[in-house]
Amino acid sequence: MEFEQILFYLFSFWFIASSLAMILSRNTAFSALFLILSFFSAASLWLLLEAEFLAIILILVYVGAVMVLFLFVIKMLDIEDSTLRAKFTGYLPIGLGVAVIVIAEMSLVLGVDQFGLDVVPQPIRHASDYSNITELAMELYTIYVYPFELAAVLLLIAIIAAITLIHRPDKRAKKQSIEEQVNTQAKDRVRLVSIAPYKKKDEQ
Amino acid sequence: MTNNFSFEINSLLVALPEIFLLSSIVIVLIIDLFLTSKFRQATYYLTQLSLMVTGILSFNLIGHPETVIFSNSFILDNMASVFKVFITGSSMVAMVYTRHYLLQHSLYRGEYFVLVMLAVLGMMVMVSGYSMLTLYMGLEILSLSLYTLIAIARNRSIAVEAALKYFVLGAIASGLLLYGISMVYGISGSINISDISAFAHDPSINSRDTLILNFGLVFLVIGIAFKLGAVPFHMWVPDVYEGAPTSVTMFLSTVPKIAALAMLVRILVDGLGSMHDYWSDLFLALSLLSISVGSVVALMQTNIKRMLAYSTISHVGFIMLGFVTGVVSGYGAAIFYVLVYVLMSLAAFGVIIILNNKGYEADQISDYKGLSKNSPWFALVMLIVMLSMAGVPPFIGFYSKFSILQEVVSAGFITVAIIAVVFAVISAYYYLKIIKFMYFDESDKDETISAPMDIKLILSINGSLILVVGLFPDRLMNISMSLL
Repeated sequence: MEFEQILFYLFSFWFIASSLAMILSRNTAFSALFLILSFFSAASLWLLLEAEFLAIILILVYVGAVMVLFLFVIKMLDIEDSTLRAKFTGYLPIGLGVAVIVIAEMSLVLGVDQFGLDVVPQPIRHASDYSNITELAMELYTIYVYPFELAAVLLLIAIIAAITLIHRPDKRAKKQSIEEQVNTQAKDRVRLVSIAPYKKKDEQ
Repeated sequence: MTNNFSFEINSLLVALPEIFLLSSIVIVLIIDLFLTSKFRQATYYLTQLSLMVTGILSFNLIGHPETVIFSNSFILDNMASVFKVFITGSSMVAMVYTRHYLLQHSLYRGEYFVLVMLAVLGMMVMVSGYSMLTLYMGLEILSLSLYTLIAIARNRSIAVEAALKYFVLGAIASGLLLYGISMVYGISGSINISDISAFAHDPSINSRDTLILNFGLVFLVIGIAFKLGAVPFHMWVPDVYEGAPTSVTMFLSTVPKIAALAMLVRILVDGLGSMHDYWSDLFLALSLLSISVGSVVALMQTNIKRMLAYSTISHVGFIMLGFVTGVVSGYGAAIFYVLVYVLMSLAAFGVIIILNNKGYEADQISDYKGLSKNSPWFALVMLIVMLSMAGVPPFIGFYSKFSILQEVVSAGFITVAIIAVVFAVISAYYYLKIIKFMYFDESDKDETISAPMDIKLILSINGSLILVVGLFPDRLMNISMSLL
């Protein structure tokens, strides 16, 4: 077995194991950490496929930004464990049954007969000076410029959606009004109250 | 590296409606920021203006020779232009009803209109999509706007729940669709519809390629069925219809159906037309299930939005039946059905919106008791819509069902046609129940319904179109038949 193959099986095993652990873990924070591990394994698999740029982006964007943010969200939300699991066992038999059937049917098609090395030839390795990013950039900004622009529109919607759904002018917010502070007068700040002098009774 | 990329500004002119719409979205978004509450109606009028200009630009492109730009990812043909005109037109009608609803329920916000325009843009991208990637991007632009629109009534927990449900199920559907696309791409080596079509039509295609193409096809059909809301992928439809604000329900139940149909035509007819034998069986099962479940379950609904949701499911079944036939006239009948459905559904939701009084949703069927006495004109419009949806002859709904059944029978599926007719008769019960409530029951409340002039006018035109087009259906039918 070649070293590359050993790596492939290792990363694949990690990928599947961590994905399963993500679903089955009782603690949501652990689930998020397992998801990070599965992202790492997927990125490693992509590295083996010579898709370096995608692999790095997956780690930088998803692990570095998205999942860290997700962990914050999970810690803030404080989800009750029992409500998450309330219907888990009830749906388990039918879900398991459907999953087994789908996997069995899919494995009939996605087997060695259709995707073995004798049917699909092994991709040719590129030379060490081959630049993945240059190729991607050439394609992305020429042939795929239209989907690229549409992705920008999608991000615009995401911004509008986030602001629409989250932003609410809070009337209770204690905002500093500089104008009011500058224009304030001494009489607004200090209130002089005349109180008649008196003596406490026990001093008498 | 071979790169057949060419860039000419002139060639972009066929995408002018999209370019104009995107520019006006950005402009309206910025203008809306600076509007004081006194001028906030300006956003609405600017939206209508942008949609109208977009529609006119699309209308001018009808008859333009078929053009493919952006390296085979954007197509302009007659189907695209005509659909764009219908999408912008029906969105404008929907916006007239919507503004009334938003003002009544104090949901009026500039973002609402911007999101609607973005959804329209997504639909136009889908209609003109000529590669799997473009179609998918259009679909996501549409879906993301719709999720937000549903959740815009964030104080109503039922709306947020509907949005979340739609979002999660929509994500699963997108995942299935993408998986199917990846399989088709993997075997054909291209995401362009024309290349996939050439690959699938190649007579020397071997059995392994067909098998994998078929494998991807199953996931594509599931993804499309999810988006159309066909049984058994319909679970989200009633909940979303009920939970969303009525104006959003109206929008998402009507216009996106045109875009979903266009996506179906592009992928399954233009791209995988040679695989028709494989997907027509799936479609037959989906459509019969949709017609039966949609007709029977709707009988038990007490909420009119849920009832219309199941009615939509059964309409979707009829639309998919048109694709089972495998002939161009059958596809044309399906297109005709969709356009008619949009017309009827807009009027139905228009009446529901008018009956909404301040902050009150008239979404129970019993709210329609004695409507003919309180407001005879709206009751008459509702009567026309319900009779048309049930498929009663002089109205347009009859011809849409009739033309589908005609094509189904001539394609040799006589049993299927009989089953469809039986369920259509069953579904007539719940349409007639509303008419019975409106005309033969006494109202328990006594109030006249007032509505602004514009919505009354548009609703009257909308309602009378159902009758007029029903009397002279051949023109719309000719348009639908000429698109493929």
